[in-house]
Amino acid sequence: MASARPVPSRHLLGIDGMSRDDLEEILDLTDTFAEVGRRTIPKVPALRGRTVASLFFENSTRTRLSFETAARRLSADTMTFTSGSSSLSKGESLRDTVEVIGSYGADAIVVRHAMAGTAHRLAGWTDAAVINAGDGCHEHPTQALLDCYTLREARGDLDGMRIGIVGDIRHSRVARSNVLAFTLLGAEVLLIAPPTLLPPSTEGWPVTVTHDLDASLPDLDACYLLRLQRERISEGLIPSIREYAADFGLDARRASRLPDDALILHPGPTNLGVELTSEVAADHRSLILDQVANGVSLRMAVLFLLLGSGRDLVPDGVRDELPDEEAPGP
Amino acid sequence: MTVVLRGGRVVDSGGERLIDVEIGDDGLIAAVGTGLTGDVQLDASGCVVSPGFVDLHVHLREPGQEDAETIQTGARGGALGGYTALVAMPNTDPVTDCAAVVEQVRALGSRSMCEIVPTAAMTVGRRGVDMAPMGELVDHGVGIFTDDGTGLQDPRLMRRIMEYSTGLTARLGRPVVLAQHCEVSTLSEGGFMHEGAWSSRLGIPGQPAEAEELMVMRDIALVRLTGARMHFQHLSTAASVAMVRGAKAAGLPVTSEATTHHFTLTDAACASYDPVFKVHPPLRTDVDVAAVRAGLADGTIDAIATDHAPHADHAKERPFDTAPPGMLGLETALSLSLEESGLDLPEVLALMSWRPAAIAGIADRHGVPIAPGAPANICVIDPDQTWTVSGRAMASLSSNTPYEGRTLRGRVRHTIRSGVPVVVDGEARR
Repeated sequence: MASARPVPSRHLLGIDGMSRDDLEEILDLTDTFAEVGRRTIPKVPALRGRTVASLFFENSTRTRLSFETAARRLSADTMTFTSGSSSLSKGESLRDTVEVIGSYGADAIVVRHAMAGTAHRLAGWTDAAVINAGDGCHEHPTQALLDCYTLREARGDLDGMRIGIVGDIRHSRVARSNVLAFTLLGAEVLLIAPPTLLPPSTEGWPVTVTHDLDASLPDLDACYLLRLQRERISEGLIPSIREYAADFGLDARRASRLPDDALILHPGPTNLGVELTSEVAADHRSLILDQVANGVSLRMAVLFLLLGSGRDLVPDGVRDELPDEEAPGP
Repeated sequence: MTVVLRGGRVVDSGGERLIDVEIGDDGLIAAVGTGLTGDVQLDASGCVVSPGFVDLHVHLREPGQEDAETIQTGARGGALGGYTALVAMPNTDPVTDCAAVVEQVRALGSRSMCEIVPTAAMTVGRRGVDMAPMGELVDHGVGIFTDDGTGLQDPRLMRRIMEYSTGLTARLGRPVVLAQHCEVSTLSEGGFMHEGAWSSRLGIPGQPAEAEELMVMRDIALVRLTGARMHFQHLSTAASVAMVRGAKAAGLPVTSEATTHHFTLTDAACASYDPVFKVHPPLRTDVDVAAVRAGLADGTIDAIATDHAPHADHAKERPFDTAPPGMLGLETALSLSLEESGLDLPEVLALMSWRPAAIAGIADRHGVPIAPGAPANICVIDPDQTWTVSGRAMASLSSNTPYEGRTLRGRVRHTIRSGVPVVVDGEARR
């Protein structure tokens, strides 16, 4: 994909527009916060007095809890707006909504919306740092970053890895962010899906496209399975869940065709029996639980970079700036 | 009171000449020649004097959405853009599908700075189910029928409307024009920009070019069957242009228009996620832009229209998917056509004045060659004046121009409507 519109560094709107250095800076910092997570009291005062607002127009308990846990471990205050519990609705002027949240003193706004570009639009209307927690079928940058972190943790680096992304790529913000992030870090990406679940055009995408999962498996270093929504059947994109699972589901038989050291990932929540079987989810090569755990550390790193002592100060010596919240008693 | 336009170069369908134009108090051109004087003298030196423009495609929002535009403000914007006649689309609220709304639009228009030409819906409520009372509407002077905003989906009903319309020719005194917004909704539904490389990358659901092309193809076939007089609105794809070219070559009674935005902008503009670039049909690719320009150059496309579609600010402060489609056009059309169509000035004037006047059935009073006895609907253009586009500075109640901040060349200096100077030196007089 061609280089993107400039993304202000005070926001995290997407992987599009970021450099390999940008990504590695965040992944390196995540190591530090993973260490915080292993402490007896996993909390540091880095963002004490700052406020992180979660603005979720679309339900996502996992992503929202992951961000809020990250914010609390950094001692930030949090506030939550979800479409179920407030006046947020599709028809409301987005600008009004974000200005109201700004007036409550939010330093960062974590936004999830069912429509592409929402985070980009919000960023133009607020002084707060905007973090895209998923916008329609566009991007989900923190998911991609935590996936990169998880792969790096397992393999050391992504250079030269062959990663297959399997499933509903057309509607997947996770796939769009991961194509960019994986290739920025040196991996080779295969998109594996029936034509109806591929984007209408992959012109300019640094990927190989195939419709045959079985033929691809032996060459993969990692197999990234996407969640399949049931509405794809009523939309006429696939005939049935059964046929999808038969052709693109990862069961034990297919998993045995993967190299012994290949890795299996899924952004969750999984549809067991559709994208993969419970047996494969529990396979020793599956990193699905690591992805969830790493999500909190990665989001701590992102919040710290955007709200903490400043981007330029972070890479070296950050560990020394992060004392324990309270020293454990003698 | 007589008005004289002094020192300009007249360009009309008869050619070019350096002459003054004297307009009498009866609203007609009294004399042309050199050294003319009158009660009011308007300087036209260095300028082009043209028959006023006719826009075949304008949304004036009244009745129904007067917060976005009114007939008065829309017509003021039109006059500032050099237009003396605006063809008003019927997707008002209530829909212009009966004599009462037609007469309301015409009455409001009679107090505005342009002649407002009402159109009416082809179907009741633009719902695409029952034929509108076309005979009665023809008796009220309606010559163009359209469900613009959506295409008429049902091919059987479209065929019947085409057949029925051919029986109204004598009543109207000319063939009734059926204007189609070509869009097969089952293919376009849920799509908010052109489907292609940009939509795939941006994650905005797209609508394929074929949604437009299939209806162009269908209607050409039905024109062949029925002999109805068809006008294709806002052609936006290369294949649509090619099909209309073929239909004309086959001698079918079809005409077409293209909007300024479809030959000046592409789907790449949607990368900002700013819904000011959301429009139906959507902005297409470089290939389509080139095809539209070629269609303008070879006569496949008969008119440059604006599809002027005002929307209040709050309506555009939504996500791209839910914001309403449409953009302003009246005040920028001339400059953009001069700068970007690739056509000479006389060709641009033909596409903006006398050719659309003929399609609208108002060629007796708009687009008329500048000569004694002709109705004085005239605009005076300074082709060298540069200006910077500002939505807020426009006459429209809305500000959704996609050209905000652009510096353009060529601007209307004076507009004369039925002999009355309504714009003088770039300022509307009321």
